[in-house]
Amino acid sequence: MPFTPPAVDEVIAALCERHGAMETSVYRGQARIVVPEALSLEALEFLKRSGFDLLVDVTCVDYLDYRGATSRYGLVYLLSNTATNQRLTVRVFVDDPDPTVRSVVSLWEGANWLEREVWDLFGIRFTGHPDLRRLVMPEEFTAHPLRKDYPLQGRGERHNFPVITRDHS
Amino acid sequence: MSIVSPEFDVPTSGPAAGARSEDYLWTLNFGPQHPATHTTLRLVLKLEGERVVDALPEMGYLHSGFEKIGEHLTFNQYVTVTDRMNYISPMANNVAWHHAVEALLGIDLTPRCTYIRTIIAELARISDHLLCNGAVGLDTGAFTFFLYGFYQREVIYDIFETLCGARFTNSYTRVGGVAQDFTPLVIEKIRGFLKTFPKTLDDMERLLTRNRIFVDRTKGVGVLTKEEAVNRSATGPVARASGVTRDLRKDEPYLAYADLDFNVCCATAGDCYARYLVRMQEMRESLKLVRQALENLPAGPVNVGIDQRTALPTKQQVYSTIEGTISHFELSMSNRGFEVPSAESYAAIEAPNGELGFYVVGDGGESAYRARCRPPSVLHFAMFPHLIRGHTLSDVVAVLGSLNIIAAELDR
Amino acid sequence: MAVSDLQLPENVVVSRLDALANWCRKNSLWPMPFATACCGIELMATGASKHDLARFGAEVFRFSPRQCDLMIVAGRVVMKMLPVLQRIWQQMHEPKWCISMGACASTGGVFDTYAVVQGIDRFIPVDMYVPGCPPRPEQLIQAIMDLQDKIQREGTITGREFDTAGRQARKRALVEIATPLTIDASRNPNLQRELAAAAESIPART
Repeated sequence: MPFTPPAVDEVIAALCERHGAMETSVYRGQARIVVPEALSLEALEFLKRSGFDLLVDVTCVDYLDYRGATSRYGLVYLLSNTATNQRLTVRVFVDDPDPTVRSVVSLWEGANWLEREVWDLFGIRFTGHPDLRRLVMPEEFTAHPLRKDYPLQGRGERHNFPVITRDHS
Repeated sequence: MSIVSPEFDVPTSGPAAGARSEDYLWTLNFGPQHPATHTTLRLVLKLEGERVVDALPEMGYLHSGFEKIGEHLTFNQYVTVTDRMNYISPMANNVAWHHAVEALLGIDLTPRCTYIRTIIAELARISDHLLCNGAVGLDTGAFTFFLYGFYQREVIYDIFETLCGARFTNSYTRVGGVAQDFTPLVIEKIRGFLKTFPKTLDDMERLLTRNRIFVDRTKGVGVLTKEEAVNRSATGPVARASGVTRDLRKDEPYLAYADLDFNVCCATAGDCYARYLVRMQEMRESLKLVRQALENLPAGPVNVGIDQRTALPTKQQVYSTIEGTISHFELSMSNRGFEVPSAESYAAIEAPNGELGFYVVGDGGESAYRARCRPPSVLHFAMFPHLIRGHTLSDVVAVLGSLNIIAAELDR
Repeated sequence: MAVSDLQLPENVVVSRLDALANWCRKNSLWPMPFATACCGIELMATGASKHDLARFGAEVFRFSPRQCDLMIVAGRVVMKMLPVLQRIWQQMHEPKWCISMGACASTGGVFDTYAVVQGIDRFIPVDMYVPGCPPRPEQLIQAIMDLQDKIQREGTITGREFDTAGRQARKRALVEIATPLTIDASRNPNLQRELAAAAESIPART
């Protein structure tokens, strides 16, 4: 059986006491908590002070036609405590139009490029980010390709280059 | 070598007196097609003479939409794409992907499978560290060291080729098991490798570890403190060289690591030399792990049983039992497959480069709704400007090499 | 008097000048390793000790396009990288050849996605394709040998590399047609087809 990380009930209880009740769940030993967008930065700051010092990942899921989904975008913050090996998943849900969430670069320097990647591929704006540019796609690119309404094979951008023949070179 | 602070003085005399200091800077473009980057990444360096004042890393020159493909391929098909993610150690990626899928599905592997996956993951770690340290050596002028390392990588390729028919795009794991069991020939080849490799490793250490030129070029270069390592989400050898003792093999034991005896290799200096030493030592620990796992390799089936309905049954079962026939038929049908919960899960392994995890969202269909890869290289490359500021231009290659940035994993 | 009537000493061979030039060229190919992904590792393995590309006179890997005459594109080329590839190709001097190594460089391979160019031969000329994902070193060596045959057979001594004025004029024309990344389907039938397909293929999940 895969290893089950230590429980994080105390931290979640402390967070809920401070910021009001939040939806929590556990799936196969992995605890997760849904934080309202208005409280995201404060909650993550509290969690960082409570020992979750390592930001493992920041990513996003586009729930465009996911069964039972209420919001379109769900941000995922994976936190880990390097002393006790606890893990916690923090979810923040945002919606069209103009999905925006506050940046956590002030808490973890490592979030810098992860947030740029989410902006690039999902088009979620991070307010307070020091340098919110595209990370992996060219600057001229206009779409956000990991959104569910963007086709896998693109919209023809990959063919739009000048052709060099033997005569040209 | 001491670290020079990036601030420098405005000249007070001569024709340039009082000029703003930036007037003296010049910009150097480095990459994306450059031998020392080894991969396709780009740096724009701001230089004052030979000293790097600032660096602006840029990536995306190999972004191929891996995560988008993950939403269209089934859980077993996507393993071929993970091969091409970190192509220095593809086996570790295979193991990481199916580890995450099995965490989502809640599958218990058979003991033999956990041991086999441990062995291949550790062999992948050795081949990764050989190339990474070889590249650091190559960039700092030690070509022989690189050739020694590459020769041993060929031996590991040979083992993998005997195991699954491909040199390094292996696609070896499956949901609930692996593609083929170990054959006696594979075990014999791994035994042979265990016998010959320590000698080569000794030779390699004698070549470089106390080599004056190499030590001068790497010691004190690119120092990452422990606090910065945690703050910038470093994992793997990069973090361990800075004194972070986190190693998922010990902290969250998966596969067979709980049964095996090994040490976590750490250093405190946090410079390129420490990262080199950690990798060299980790190869010895990996060797120890492979040896133990091979000695204690349990007998029994390699894939999970028919009752779990995820791995294909054996030919014997298909031809002689009705359950086997039904299971094989259902798994092969395009509209059946295995059941996937509508849930999300994250699971990670300690890949050679750091924590390699997948955040998998299932929607009941046969492919993932979202397959996010947590790539260690991105976070390591993001801290590059922090590591290089104040060093000279020639240190750029040493720092880049010691971070072991693999573009396909960086950009996905 | 015909050449065959000459009385030549034993160790003298008579040949055509371009056959000699081609023979020199084919045995001293200097590859430019445009290695982007996995195939690059096999390219390194080809050059390293076990397979030893030096046996075919092509071991002098030079990373400056000005010094090379054989570009080996090893690995997938994506949208952000293609302008770099084209620029490096144009920086190489004539005569020059191109090997497209691996499925990704030749056709896009398994990466039929929005970012990956579906075969570099759509945008630069390619002389030799090597199948495989990645090709084994032996396959790359075979491709280099085939290319040597091609160089010997076709040669270029009377060809385009001496037509400097004409080439320069064409290069200027290319600079004019190079446009920023805005979608212009009128020039490109592939693009028109893709656009039509993309409009219909927005995935609907149940």
